[in-house]
Amino acid sequence: MVTSSATTGTAQRLAAGLRLPIGIVAFLALSLAVLGIDQFVNALTLGAIYALVALGYTMVYGIIELINFAHGDVFMVGSFIALFISSSLLGNDGSITDLPLLAGSVLILFALTIGIMALVGALIERLAYRPLRRAPKLAPLITAIGVSFILQNIIQFFFGPTIVSVPQLVPIEWSIQVAGARVPLLNLFVIATSVLLMFALQLFISRTRTGRAMRTTSMDRDASSLMGVDINRTIMITFLIGSGLAGAAGVVHGLYYGNTTFSLGFQSGLKAFTAAVLGGIGNTAGAALGGFLIAFVEVGASAFGYGRWGGAIVFSLLVIFLVFRPTGLLGSHTGDRA
Amino acid sequence: MSRIGEAIGAPFAPVRTFFRRHRSLGIFVGVLLISIALPLITRVPPFDGIQSTNAWVNAFTTAAIYAMLAMGLNVVIGFAGLLDLGYAAFFALGGYTYAFVASPFTGVHLPFWPMLLAGGVVGAIFGVLLGAPTLRLRGDYLAIVTLGFGEIVPITLMNADKFTDGVNGIGGIDKPNIPGILQFTLTNPWPMYGLVIMLFALIMIMIYRLEDSRLGRTWDAIREDELAAESSGVNTVIAKLQAFAVGASIAGIVGVVNAAKITIVTPDQFRFAVSISALAAVVLGGMGNTIGVATGAFIIYLFQSILLKQLNTLVENFNIPVLNQIDFLEFQYVLYGIVLVLMMLKRPQGIFPAHRRMREFGPLKSAKRGSK
Amino acid sequence: MSAAKGKPMLKARGVTRKFGGLVAVSNVDFEIPRGSISAIIGPNGAGKTTFFNVIAGIYAPTSGTIELDGKPLISPPTGAGREPILLLVPTIPFIGLAIYFLIAIGGDTGLVEGVASVSVALLGFVCALLLNIVRPAWYNRVIKRIGVTRPARPNDMVEAGLARTFQNIRLYKSLTTLENILIGMHVHMRSTFLGALFKSRQVREEEAAAEQRARELLAFVDLSGMENELAKNLPYGKQRLLEIARALASRPKLLLLDEPAAGMNPKETEEMTALIRRIRDELGITILLIEHDMRVVMGISDHITVLDHGEKIAEGLPKAIRTNPKVIEAYLGRGAAAGH
Repeated sequence: MVTSSATTGTAQRLAAGLRLPIGIVAFLALSLAVLGIDQFVNALTLGAIYALVALGYTMVYGIIELINFAHGDVFMVGSFIALFISSSLLGNDGSITDLPLLAGSVLILFALTIGIMALVGALIERLAYRPLRRAPKLAPLITAIGVSFILQNIIQFFFGPTIVSVPQLVPIEWSIQVAGARVPLLNLFVIATSVLLMFALQLFISRTRTGRAMRTTSMDRDASSLMGVDINRTIMITFLIGSGLAGAAGVVHGLYYGNTTFSLGFQSGLKAFTAAVLGGIGNTAGAALGGFLIAFVEVGASAFGYGRWGGAIVFSLLVIFLVFRPTGLLGSHTGDRA
Repeated sequence: MSRIGEAIGAPFAPVRTFFRRHRSLGIFVGVLLISIALPLITRVPPFDGIQSTNAWVNAFTTAAIYAMLAMGLNVVIGFAGLLDLGYAAFFALGGYTYAFVASPFTGVHLPFWPMLLAGGVVGAIFGVLLGAPTLRLRGDYLAIVTLGFGEIVPITLMNADKFTDGVNGIGGIDKPNIPGILQFTLTNPWPMYGLVIMLFALIMIMIYRLEDSRLGRTWDAIREDELAAESSGVNTVIAKLQAFAVGASIAGIVGVVNAAKITIVTPDQFRFAVSISALAAVVLGGMGNTIGVATGAFIIYLFQSILLKQLNTLVENFNIPVLNQIDFLEFQYVLYGIVLVLMMLKRPQGIFPAHRRMREFGPLKSAKRGSK
Repeated sequence: MSAAKGKPMLKARGVTRKFGGLVAVSNVDFEIPRGSISAIIGPNGAGKTTFFNVIAGIYAPTSGTIELDGKPLISPPTGAGREPILLLVPTIPFIGLAIYFLIAIGGDTGLVEGVASVSVALLGFVCALLLNIVRPAWYNRVIKRIGVTRPARPNDMVEAGLARTFQNIRLYKSLTTLENILIGMHVHMRSTFLGALFKSRQVREEEAAAEQRARELLAFVDLSGMENELAKNLPYGKQRLLEIARALASRPKLLLLDEPAAGMNPKETEEMTALIRRIRDELGITILLIEHDMRVVMGISDHITVLDHGEKIAEGLPKAIRTNPKVIEAYLGRGAAAGH
């Protein structure tokens, strides 16, 4: 086969490369103008949470082409684990104003929750998905749904079917002034944490040996197996990381909203999955982008008084993208035809 | 087991050949016999001690409604191999369609019988509406889109309160009646039982006929190898759409019956759990095996609504310290999840495997070896 | 059958197919004489299978057209951006009807009227959707006027008289051989949805006839007595035969065989060659094959086309191809050509 003459003009290529950043900046400026700074910061915060969850969907899909329906519920379980650690183990019932103590508590909270959820995710993979790796495609999808349902109901059994409040460790009064508006430090903390985690993930994927193994496995599992990549280990690590990030999202959700419920994972899961599709499923940068987009759409909808329809709007976006641009905004390596 | 069955059935060989040739009649007679036998059994201890015969008949009616849902979902999942996770949405649309044209809420009172068909048409329309854009995509995308649809329909029904009265739902729905002959009432479960049994037999016959037709083979082909099916001249999008529409219209019809039976529809009746319970019945009974799926639905329904309830009363009566805090009915949802996971891992072909599915998943041993 | 006896069975003009920056097939002109056995050969990665897939309707060409038996069926898709119009325009009358209902009823819009009008509009939309999926021929002609062309899909090509086999056999593995063939007959069966539900006499007769013909086809490829065998339990060679029988079930005018003798021992290869000849001679079906085994190609082909790097480098009779320096060069490299 012949490579076509690659004589695209430099200017043209530059324009193509710049289209996305310019689009993002324009989108942000527009949202800021439309929503005002308060809602804008809210949307960014919500987007950070969606992005963290969407990463797990996209990583797992990228590597084994499975929509891990249970992932939203892993996020939900994470928020409850964080609640348990925060209130029962650390004995918090409100905000902490002593800075060193706050930093320590938050650190312990993140470390423990991420660790536990990573293990839970890996356990789910080992028990429910790995035995079905060569089974017909429907089988792991059905187990994923089953696992999702089991997780929801275990939590409902222990914590009840109502909304449960979570201690908001970072005092909501702490804030800074930006252009005349009060921006809570809590929001900035949430955004900063998520962005930090996402950068760490990008570094991990691009720089480490395991990260490279993950990328090659997602491109061609059989070939990378022949090249000496331990497939089972790589997939396990993908689940560890994805679920750990979902755990972190759970912590952040609790800190930010101060509550959680057993059905959290279902709705947020659907939205985070939409985010992954929007960005181009299998593409980690795309998932982050998609998460923020979804959040802006949702916050925008409620700003105009259609908050109740947020779910329906996001779902319509999902269908529109699947139909007209199944590869998402940033594209992905998985074609829609085998 | 089949050998014993053959030995017992030997004297009935002419009967069996007769019904093999006239399968529709066989289904009809079989369903009729079972529907007569079931109420009789409830007169015998220990069943008579659990609840009154009327309550039993009511439970069987609900179980049969649930079984019809499962059979419809089985067309989509078991035959065409498409994972539909929002099946309850079509059930809801059928129910609301009937509620809308036969209740004091709108003041319109159309007769029940034509609406049975209308429910099917509404189901099919929405099936096409959802399936047409998405059936070209990979199967797992379809799963997530239907999941979203199943979530959006109850939310919409809840939020569009001008048209649906929101969370309260639409109540006082008309019961069916045959003018001058039979009036359905809330206190007498028998007419509804009869109606549901007839419909059950009819739907089962139709599904079997479809399975054996050119269309059924098309579904087999798509499930096995979509590209090969296209290259055999099958228009896969249309065939998948047909499966989707058939499944959705069965759900729509059953939705109408269900609304007429319980005389109220609320968004809460059509939550995700309903879709999952139908999926659990399909997986338990054996994907692709219509009778197996119906049986699976009966088993799950009776287990959750009779056995778990009994467990509650039992624990209450004996006053066991820790256990009496627990509402065992809440376990029904965990049950669905466990059924899905365990069946897929240990017996993907279901307890009553369809011939074809057994071939696809292979015997248990080879399925296990394949996992390594 | 067709009046145009001398006309080619298949005519490809300037067919190009790109994948991103890769040009897999480049500007190929190609004809298959009616009633011939033609072959496409070329080194690995020459674009043979891609070309095959373009003919079969699996990949739309980037440019170029393909005619089967004088009917133009495949050309690059155009006007994809106008597809939303196709959905909306047919809906407009229904929306108009809905608005008329609302106005006719008067200013005070009741619940029922509102829902009824929305339903009418929805119904219209569903009809438009269905039209775009079913794509009847008249509809394709209409949308061509507004600049939307849609290349034939694999199932359309089968309907137009083309059938194919795959390089890596793609049978319905868990179905029986008989069922495999019955599915192959799909396009010639007329039973409808309602017919199946009510099991009309026409449907029953058609089923019986189809089964009869399926048995004949199995006999033709020498698989008699294996009707109820599962496809995946057949030995490799017999799976190839079954796949050919399934392709024949659609009564093609042109049969595409993708490496029919791959992985076969000499005896099986010989039988396969004989079968291909019989298909042409007894059934009158034109055959196009891709094959790596040169003995097979040279032995049965009337006409050979050589592809290399996606381009056609030679065509003609087997004898001419064998001695064509360009072909030798493509297969053995530059040095070898000089040495010969």
